[in-house]
Amino acid sequence: MSIKAVAVPKPRRHTWSGRATILLFLAPALLLYLVLVLLPIVQAVYYSLFNWNGLQPLTNFIGLQNYVDAFNSTLFTGALSHNLMVVGLSLAIQIPMALGLAMFLSQRFPGRTLFRVVFFLPYVISEVVTGILFYLLLQPDGAVNNILWSVGLDGLTRDWWGDLSVVMITMFFVISWKYFGFHMILLLAGLQNIPKEVMEAALIDGCGKWQAFRHITVPLLGPTLRVSIFLSVIGALQLFDIVYATTRGGPVHQSDTLAYYMYDFGLKRQEMGFGSAIAVLMFLICFGFALIYQRFVLSRDVDGATTSYVG
Amino acid sequence: MTRGVSMKEEVIVNLVPKRLIAGAAVLALVASACSSAAATPTAAPSVAAPSVAPVVTVAPTAAPVTIEWWHISTGEPGKSIWQSAADAYTAAHPNVKINITILENEAFKSKLQTSMQAGTPPDLFQSWGGGTMASQADAGMLKDITAAVAPWASTIDPGSLGIYSYKSKQYGIPWDMGMIGFWYNKALFTKAGITATPKTWDELLTDVDKLKAAGITPYAIAGKDEWPGMHLWTYLVLRNGGGDALTQMVQTGNWNTDACIAGGTAVKALVDKKPFQTGFLSAVYDKGEAAAMGNGQAAMELMGQWAPGVEQSNSTSGKGIGANLGYFAFPSVTGGKGGATDAVGGGNGIAVGKNAPAEAIDFLHYLNSPAVANQINLANMGLSTTVGTAGTVTDPNLQMVLAGRAQAKFVQLYLDQATSPAMGASINDATAGLFAGTSTPTQVCQAITTAAAKK
Repeated sequence: MSIKAVAVPKPRRHTWSGRATILLFLAPALLLYLVLVLLPIVQAVYYSLFNWNGLQPLTNFIGLQNYVDAFNSTLFTGALSHNLMVVGLSLAIQIPMALGLAMFLSQRFPGRTLFRVVFFLPYVISEVVTGILFYLLLQPDGAVNNILWSVGLDGLTRDWWGDLSVVMITMFFVISWKYFGFHMILLLAGLQNIPKEVMEAALIDGCGKWQAFRHITVPLLGPTLRVSIFLSVIGALQLFDIVYATTRGGPVHQSDTLAYYMYDFGLKRQEMGFGSAIAVLMFLICFGFALIYQRFVLSRDVDGATTSYVG
Repeated sequence: MTRGVSMKEEVIVNLVPKRLIAGAAVLALVASACSSAAATPTAAPSVAAPSVAPVVTVAPTAAPVTIEWWHISTGEPGKSIWQSAADAYTAAHPNVKINITILENEAFKSKLQTSMQAGTPPDLFQSWGGGTMASQADAGMLKDITAAVAPWASTIDPGSLGIYSYKSKQYGIPWDMGMIGFWYNKALFTKAGITATPKTWDELLTDVDKLKAAGITPYAIAGKDEWPGMHLWTYLVLRNGGGDALTQMVQTGNWNTDACIAGGTAVKALVDKKPFQTGFLSAVYDKGEAAAMGNGQAAMELMGQWAPGVEQSNSTSGKGIGANLGYFAFPSVTGGKGGATDAVGGGNGIAVGKNAPAEAIDFLHYLNSPAVANQINLANMGLSTTVGTAGTVTDPNLQMVLAGRAQAKFVQLYLDQATSPAMGASINDATAGLFAGTSTPTQVCQAITTAAAKK
């Protein structure tokens, strides 16, 4: 903890030339950030208060009506529920699976590197390519159903993208395929940072494999796991590319996500005001989650970050 | 440990906020038109364009003029026909330069929307008329060409010309117009013991039973694209209520009518027979519906004049079902108020941007001349709207479509084009519920009424 005391810089007196230098170096980044990040957010908030098709002048001010419409729309709440479903399934299935694989691949055995590359490969492929690939594989007469037929598992064949009750499960499967490798690599890196001495000491003390995993690996992997969960949740909330490349939210909006819903209503239907409202809601949901998560979950890992109390 | 922490901080600080903001910024930065994908005008491959002599109608002015023209005929023969027409015109008018930008359908819609937001629409551009054109006119982005077109307006099919008029002002002219009807596989109909094409909706339902009994998929449809089903629903509402009733529903936004519910009920009678190909709810138009027809795997589809070409290009053989392809007009509904010749149709045209020079309209006149119009017909690029060019439509099926266009006393432009993009998408959405079995006919009418009330 003595390191921490050193890490906090003492306030220094700046000379005028020093300040000018700071400003000079900061200006380009600050300007870009203002114009490309903050300004569009402010614009989106402003547009969201209008009934606007993107072409005509902004004259039809309707207050918060767009937000009221969104929450009254079963399509919006449906899209939100699909996002939450992906969040839940990611945490329950995708991360544990990635952890299991990371544990397996952190052991020494021949061909380990090959396996790492193979499992990481899906993450390197673009979302759209992944989407189109699985859209074709999972057609009613596609490769997956044909394999199921050929091995006599006729009962398991489905219209994967067309069956209202199956489509989100299919979507989650594709997302997991795409991203488990990324989380696996994160966790693998985390595992390699666990000091071997701790594990050795535990084993000498007669610690079982499960006990070692439960009481040494998981706690020491904590910081990495928390980041992995954070990225997974944010990713699930912003899901767009794969939905666009596969179902376009269909059939009958059963695979809509917030981002696709925003695109569909804002851009395709030219309801830019309403679409902006959805964008603002998405931003608030993601930003709110990020703040709360950083404050209460990640704060123990990143001491001194903006979200902790100062002074 | 330190390494892990620093990496994580970097991830959170750099990566996450950017991606968060990206969601919000998308709407603010990117402006895209992307109106509902209704017409997919695709032309069948055919003869290359012969060169033609342009019609000189105005004395060329000395000052050099540039016409910006955006079209979406990315493939042949359209691409060459437009290029040779532009070359011929500029050869006769040396002071005029025509800059052609060829864009893919969706990219075109995005780029057009952006250019309009900037207040600089191209001089000439692809249009389907109807609601999208109306909103462009309301925004002051189009040029009123009523007076300029008046001297030669009588050379254009009046019904088709009307689609590019809004509040009694002309904003563009058509170059292609057709009808939606049933395209069917004659061999499969014969195999199922059907001797004549159905004249009434009940006969069609009976034929569906016969086809199913013969182990044939009766009907190919693209559930994912929604609009093919919407056209079926529109036709049945039109047949039940008639043209006046349908026009009233579109104008007042009150769809809670007997005709609307009766139309939906008729659709449901078909859907309940499960006539569609496996996986129809996730099928797209070209690779799903048209491919099923082109490969002889389904007996019929309800589609516009471009169907034969799209069936061919999406079939495994690349040739479609050839002479087995037949056409019949949408059947009548017993007891319905709509006439048997009333139709749902639409086509392609060119709208005129607000800054277009007079030469741009003169060039439209040239595009409308028999010289270019006959090429459009001969190449199966579309069904020209120029009066007196019917003779160059040689395909017997397309001749039937053309005859239907001539006979129709009432033509409803595709509903998702006739209305605003938002309204069109709402109609597509609502009717899709009928095919997925998630909405009743009454709920469909209510959903459209609710969507209309918002505007």
